[in-house]
Amino acid sequence: MKSARLPSVGAVLILAVVLAWTLFPILWQALTSVKPDTDLVQLPPLLPLHPTLDHYEALFQQHPFSRVLLNSFAVAVFTTLAALTLGMLAAFPLARLPIRGKTLVLGLVLGCSMFPAIVTVGPLFIIIRALGLRDTWWALLISHTTFALPLTIWVLTNFLRELPEDLYRAARVDGCSPWQAFVRILLPLCRPGLTAAGILAFLFSWTEFLYAFTFTATEASRTVPVAIALFPGLHEIRWGEIAAASIVVTLPVLALVLLFHRHIVSGLTAGAVKG
Amino acid sequence: MPDVRFERVGKHYGARMVIHDFTLTVRDGEFFTLVGPSGCGKSTVLNLVAGLEPVSSGDIYFGDRRITSLSPKDRDVAMVFQSYALYPHKTVYENLAFPLQVRKRHAALIEREVPRVAGLLGLEGLLAKKPQEISGGERQRVAVGRALIREPQVFLMDEPLSNLDAHLRVQTRSEIKRLHARLKTTTLYVTHDQEEALSLSDQIAVLNRGLVQQVGSPMDIYRRPDNTFVARFMGSPQINLLSGRLLTGSSPLLEVGSLRILLEPDPAVPAPPESPSAPQAVLVGIRPEDITVAEPSGSSPLTATVIETEPAGSRTWATVRWDSAEIRAEAPADWAASPNQSVGLTLDARRLHLFDAESGLRLPWQGVSLARP
Repeated sequence: MKSARLPSVGAVLILAVVLAWTLFPILWQALTSVKPDTDLVQLPPLLPLHPTLDHYEALFQQHPFSRVLLNSFAVAVFTTLAALTLGMLAAFPLARLPIRGKTLVLGLVLGCSMFPAIVTVGPLFIIIRALGLRDTWWALLISHTTFALPLTIWVLTNFLRELPEDLYRAARVDGCSPWQAFVRILLPLCRPGLTAAGILAFLFSWTEFLYAFTFTATEASRTVPVAIALFPGLHEIRWGEIAAASIVVTLPVLALVLLFHRHIVSGLTAGAVKG
Repeated sequence: MPDVRFERVGKHYGARMVIHDFTLTVRDGEFFTLVGPSGCGKSTVLNLVAGLEPVSSGDIYFGDRRITSLSPKDRDVAMVFQSYALYPHKTVYENLAFPLQVRKRHAALIEREVPRVAGLLGLEGLLAKKPQEISGGERQRVAVGRALIREPQVFLMDEPLSNLDAHLRVQTRSEIKRLHARLKTTTLYVTHDQEEALSLSDQIAVLNRGLVQQVGSPMDIYRRPDNTFVARFMGSPQINLLSGRLLTGSSPLLEVGSLRILLEPDPAVPAPPESPSAPQAVLVGIRPEDITVAEPSGSSPLTATVIETEPAGSRTWATVRWDSAEIRAEAPADWAASPNQSVGLTLDARRLHLFDAESGLRLPWQGVSLARP
């Protein structure tokens, strides 16, 4: 570790500009969400003089926002679980077992993630309608998993490759079958990689819009990003409630990242630096 | 416990031959070392015995049981890895217990065996620690403990000492030797360090490029190397190899530079060799400890000039120029000489090694004495 030193004035300035650039919209939304409707349209904009939670109340009472949050949450959690399970099952053989054409498989996996969502959304819609899965969690779970999986496989494969090969071999000699060696030795050591990949999958699913917009029709499966987009009514745009909704969906993401940010960094840089 | 037998075992990766026609028997209870330079295939042999890699051809037997295609867990071998490969998320206790747990042994047995093995290796105080909290030497002992807790049929060790510092290495070496003397488990040990091989083993196999060069006891290998590779690889400082000629005669004469040496047939070779019909080019091997610096220079038929001296504590190694060759010779510990000084050399003619210059194979002649010119 290098000893900490004071950052230069230039660095602080650049940092300040970048922070302002990224944080200001969020701050603006936060302020908007607690302003009464009357203050919202005032120019010049003011700091909220009479902070109120009206918009948050309206969010949950005048809209089926709890249901939408539940949809989002369920889809994101199940997508994460599916991506991690399938991703780990794919990553282990790709990283450890002697299989022909591994590089080709990894290349194809990467290739899959190169398609823009807009290209696949049409065909996927037809498939999902044919399967009768429209407007269900399944539609989103499956489509989100296919999108999150390539990244998960790559992160986990690299992570597994970084684990010393002798650990797996030692487990085999100590009496493990390949599956036991995987579950009892490699899996517990993959926690940072799983955390990083899991958070990425969760974030992807949580914020995904295009598939969610296309495959859902009602509150039965509609997710938060879609719901927010559909807030604007016929005659008015309810800025206050949109802002409140934005803040509500940002909080879990923020919590996740703060809780695990060390894992995310170490998980993503696995392979980049030798320990 | 059974013998370990290799019958014409081969291993290749694609077109690259790693082990070629490997036939060898490790007898029950023996400490057998595979030694050779890196890339000679010695670690691959261990992996083949452990079942971590499949053989390409041939068979491996434990006693009469053919284990060639068994999975590692069914072979009842244990292995110590160069990296130790301790499980970082488990404590020392859990590391030691793991091989028993995987084999579903009774908890009571595990609770008895772990402290016993820990006691054997002096690990009692470390059982609650994680591998990253203990020193390199301690990790090494945990790795050994994890291997011997199951009382395996065969013990495999892949360069287990090479990650230790010099002092600890020598200490752990003698611990391993004592442990083997006590447990008498058949051990297959791999190292690139010839000194380690000589000091630990009952039997040694010297490997080069996937081929066995020589098998024998440490003394055998050192005293009677079968070819120039073994002669060069075993022994430190390295053996001197000088070009010479075998001259014809009723009993041949060896000519090295200005020196002539009387030869006789090697008594260890059953059939007496035929004298060469024409002069034959040979390499003459002289171990540095068999050629000593003698002063004053006039008293010896061999005179050389000093190039440099390396005090080694108990003795001094002198590099000298003799004729056109550079030779390493032994000198007393307190010997001091300045470069270009002229010195005499005394050679023990009976300790010469003769090799064919072309094939590098040992020739069945041994030196008797210097021939007076």
